[in-house]
Amino acid sequence: MAKGVWIVAEQRDGAFRKISFELASTARKLADVLGEEVCAVLCGSGIEGIAGQLGKYGVDRVFVADSPALEPYTTDAHAAAVAKVVKENDPAILLLGASTQGKDLSARLVGKLVTGLATDCTDVKIADGKLLAIRPMYAGKCFGEVVFSTFPQMASLRPNVFPAVENAKAGAVVKFDPALDAGQLKTKVLEVQKDTSGKADLTEANMIVSGGRGMKGPEGYAILEELAAVLGATVGASRAAVDAGWRPQSDQVGQTGKIVSPNLYIACGVSGAIQHLAGMSSSKIIVAINKDAEAPIFTKADYGIVDDLFKIIPEFTQECKKLLA
Amino acid sequence: MNIVACVKQVPDTEAQIKVKPDGSGIEEGGIKWVMNPYDEFGVEEALRLKEKNGGEVTIVNVGPARAMETIRTALAMGADKGIHICDPAFDGADAFATASALAAAIKGIPHDIIFCGQRAIDDDSGQVGAILAELLGIPQITVVTKFEFAGSSVKVIRPIEGAQLLIECPLPCLVTAQKGLNEPRYASLPGIMKAKKKPVDVKDAASLGVTVTANARVAKFIPPPARAAGKIICGDDPATKARELARLLREEAKVI
Repeated sequence: MAKGVWIVAEQRDGAFRKISFELASTARKLADVLGEEVCAVLCGSGIEGIAGQLGKYGVDRVFVADSPALEPYTTDAHAAAVAKVVKENDPAILLLGASTQGKDLSARLVGKLVTGLATDCTDVKIADGKLLAIRPMYAGKCFGEVVFSTFPQMASLRPNVFPAVENAKAGAVVKFDPALDAGQLKTKVLEVQKDTSGKADLTEANMIVSGGRGMKGPEGYAILEELAAVLGATVGASRAAVDAGWRPQSDQVGQTGKIVSPNLYIACGVSGAIQHLAGMSSSKIIVAINKDAEAPIFTKADYGIVDDLFKIIPEFTQECKKLLA
Repeated sequence: MNIVACVKQVPDTEAQIKVKPDGSGIEEGGIKWVMNPYDEFGVEEALRLKEKNGGEVTIVNVGPARAMETIRTALAMGADKGIHICDPAFDGADAFATASALAAAIKGIPHDIIFCGQRAIDDDSGQVGAILAELLGIPQITVVTKFEFAGSSVKVIRPIEGAQLLIECPLPCLVTAQKGLNEPRYASLPGIMKAKKKPVDVKDAASLGVTVTANARVAKFIPPPARAAGKIICGDDPATKARELARLLREEAKVI
């Protein structure tokens, strides 16, 4: 019978992504309810040395596939490796990150393992001995409770939502042979163009300062960049601002952009179209700064200021500078 | 070149979503149905590929009778023919079932490149493309913002957290489209007239030999948690308001 809670850990360039620890901690919680073991799968090249770190977050055993063919990540290689070790061990639950890599891999695994997956979950629990996954749908306009009729019961977890909690377990390394067939590896990463700004991606950001139509033009974002620099935040934008060509597509928050869940979301000159609200309403604290007191964004905001953002933001930036000095 | 584009019909982004009182689904009354925006990018890229290299674009959809309108929209944009997999058995089916139906239909036709949207904006699952690729035994590249056809392979850009990847992949393959890939065209009036005469093959689960699964099933739909009413910060001047906001974020919300 299917048993154990498994995660697929994510690393890049030999360092764990934060989501890996979030996955490990969540798996530990579920496994403790079931009285079962937590195992992780870790794939890459030259990564055996870091595997043990997962033990700190509650992983009992780490199945490691170490091969040059597993670096950098390709769907072909990673899906083959993970599917092999999962099939051999038959876990009850398999968790991945809802990161770009985790989304790509988890969906391919559904095909390989012939099972079901709940994507981008914001809560997971055990009900009647089985996984119950809660996930936003329609970009958060409603939620769905997902139940499973096959094993492994798969869920991908939204980054930044589940806490990473230290809970030391053995983290014992078990090596496995991914048995990759070179003929099956079709995709090739020719180039990795790194973003050198040092800013967190919107989907992983702890704080977001977002600007909408009220920024009046691309130059308006300078004051948001300044505030973001003081806070260590990432700058986002509404669809209106992106469609106007003020900000790149990758900055867009909303139903047809990025769905975000930072600790702090500061919406500046964002009216709060329903498709924007859908993309950011799972933020922990929302601040709205807008001249228009009737703007729908205020219905979601924990704190609101009705005023000219071009006057408020520079003052607020100075205040933050003082507080954080 | 034989190009396939998969499309889904979804509520438009401005739609208010209301959960039925019994939690069995959403209220469909008053919803405006449109082609999933990410699928539109896929259809557009398929059409551009055909215009440059010749060939044919087939639109495939799994959906109820109303989804025929979305297939016709894609045909009006310039696609050549459609396959509509229409069967009430697919109501509440999971991504695996949808992908199985698409795979069964696509296996029967030549396919060099398949385009899907990176996710549908209704269930936000983002699974169908990858499962379909697996069932067809072809490679996938998901969430693509730039696509280039280079003879026997494709080169694409895939953004990930903090980087962009340039990926090469031989044909046949499946690509899922992300915003930024292109600017989809509007259907022209002659296009709309022509689309009415283009062939659309209607199939059901039985004719495709597909068993409809629900390996993962939404047992209950729930409205989003309500947010408590917020505080509007008042003050005599911008400086006072800004100071109060900073104080509240520090002392009350404890986020800075």
